[in-house]
Amino acid sequence: MSYFSSTSPGGICEIRWHGRGGQGAITSAKYLAEAAYRAGFRGVTSQPSFGAERRGAPVTASTRLSPEPLRTFCRVERPDVVIVLDETLLDCADATDGLEDGGWLVVNSPCEPGAIAADGRFSVATADATAVAAECGLVVAGAIMVNTAMLGAVARATGLVELTHIEETLRDKFPEAIATRNIEAARAAFERTRL
Amino acid sequence: MASRMAAAADTEVQIITGNQAMALAAKRCRVQVVAAYPITPQSQVTETLSEYVAAGELDAEYVNVESEHSALSVCIGASSVGARAFTATSANGLAYMCEPLHWAAGARLPIVLGCVNRAMAAPWSVLNDQQDSMSQRDAGWIQIFARNNQEIFDTAVQAFKIAQTVSVPVMVCYDGYLLSHTVMPVDVPSQEAVDTFLPPYTPHTILDPADPRNLNQVTLADPRENEKGVLCHGYMELRYLLEEALEQARDTIIAVDEEYAAAFGRSCGGMLWTYRSEDAEVLLVAAGSLASEASVAVDALRADGCKAGVIGVRAYRPFPKQELIEATAPAARVLVFDKSLSYGNEGPICGDVKAALYGSGSHPAVHGYIAGLGGRDVRAAELAEAVRRDAAKGAVAPTEWINCRI
Repeated sequence: MSYFSSTSPGGICEIRWHGRGGQGAITSAKYLAEAAYRAGFRGVTSQPSFGAERRGAPVTASTRLSPEPLRTFCRVERPDVVIVLDETLLDCADATDGLEDGGWLVVNSPCEPGAIAADGRFSVATADATAVAAECGLVVAGAIMVNTAMLGAVARATGLVELTHIEETLRDKFPEAIATRNIEAARAAFERTRL
Repeated sequence: MASRMAAAADTEVQIITGNQAMALAAKRCRVQVVAAYPITPQSQVTETLSEYVAAGELDAEYVNVESEHSALSVCIGASSVGARAFTATSANGLAYMCEPLHWAAGARLPIVLGCVNRAMAAPWSVLNDQQDSMSQRDAGWIQIFARNNQEIFDTAVQAFKIAQTVSVPVMVCYDGYLLSHTVMPVDVPSQEAVDTFLPPYTPHTILDPADPRNLNQVTLADPRENEKGVLCHGYMELRYLLEEALEQARDTIIAVDEEYAAAFGRSCGGMLWTYRSEDAEVLLVAAGSLASEASVAVDALRADGCKAGVIGVRAYRPFPKQELIEATAPAARVLVFDKSLSYGNEGPICGDVKAALYGSGSHPAVHGYIAGLGGRDVRAAELAEAVRRDAAKGAVAPTEWINCRI
């Protein structure tokens, strides 16, 4: 698979998440690691970008997946997959910096993939996670929580995990009623992801 | 809420941070008194423990204190009355514990301390290096480094047993953020399995109002009789016994790790661990997650035909002198990567490696490198590049700083 790139030693898939503080990028980076463990990856790590974080400001997180236990904990600089929770970060946070040739850019956007400015080195997938999350009632204190819907889009675009692994992870995290809404969002985003 | 997935019959895999692994280990070890003061990146350890206590999952006294000095002082009191005591801290918090650190060791109290390694201020940095615990290496504590979250859990459980076996406090050191805030799979043994491994703490002396006595009273230069006419040690004899305990702790650290492996199927390596070192012509030496990163560099070097290996320093105090002599025997070059400095000299591990090899008959070139201070990222490729550059150096070379942009 193209996202197990030659530059990532040992067949490691490296994923970088871009969001704004409060959107849940760090949380979904962890959930993806867990879903991947359920999918059979024995090496999974997830870490926030280290330093100060604040609501609304650009934040990043990373997930590493490997068939074998991981021995590397340094910063992800050449991701195979970049996941963007807020489309405006494509410009202001240089979200595709270092993205490997042949990798995936997965964006929360109502637009078609072709409308996302990209130079053709990598594939683009889009899903309107904001609309999906709103439909599923994932609104906390006025903020639409797009992160679990984006897990569905990531599963669809990259095939790294199955929807069932995400569903099992979410069911483990939340009380039943809330888990069900998040699972609905992940499923709907999976269905409505455009490649 | 951490995820729980079934593994073997009496264990479960949890995808958790290093801090959560440390807190869970303290819970499994049934700590009876926890006292700590919040400091980044340690805070999650004691937050998690306070949640366990509040939820009734851990039958412990959680003592809120106003400083790290008080936190360790509370642990000293708790340990002196026979309780299993735990605290955790980082950087300036550890520095503020400096005085009671010496006291806990001198009083021979088996306290376990989680040191989440962080850079010392000034200037302020919340990010990782190992200057904090290195600066306390001479306080008389056992210091053990963990290289990943599994080892944080396993080492913490082992630490309680080591501490109460030799009556010396143990500092479990792990890299801030790189491990403390990174989630990864940790195989967590059941409560019953840990109970079987770790017997309750039986104190050597107990402070009891019903049986009043002096503990650690003023001790003069020479031995003298106490109030009951018993000849007691002077200060120097007590210090000799502390040093003897640290030296004897080598055997205990190895034995406890072997017992742990027999019980849980995992060894942390005893005094040190090695990676592809058997035929290595060049060895990379480091502690904690940096040594783990070095093992990735070694894979790349080996792929290029360079016979490289890693020595991961696990126990830093007592220092693994004999094990280092044996592990470095085949190597022509040894590169020591320190995440701290003994200012005006060199990296502390580098100096200790040189001292261990002196007179041993093993004479590889030992070159010191400083890396990753204050959270500066260290990539395996940089370590591999350092090994390639190192080939041009003579037997003696000045300390080189990796990725220092000055």
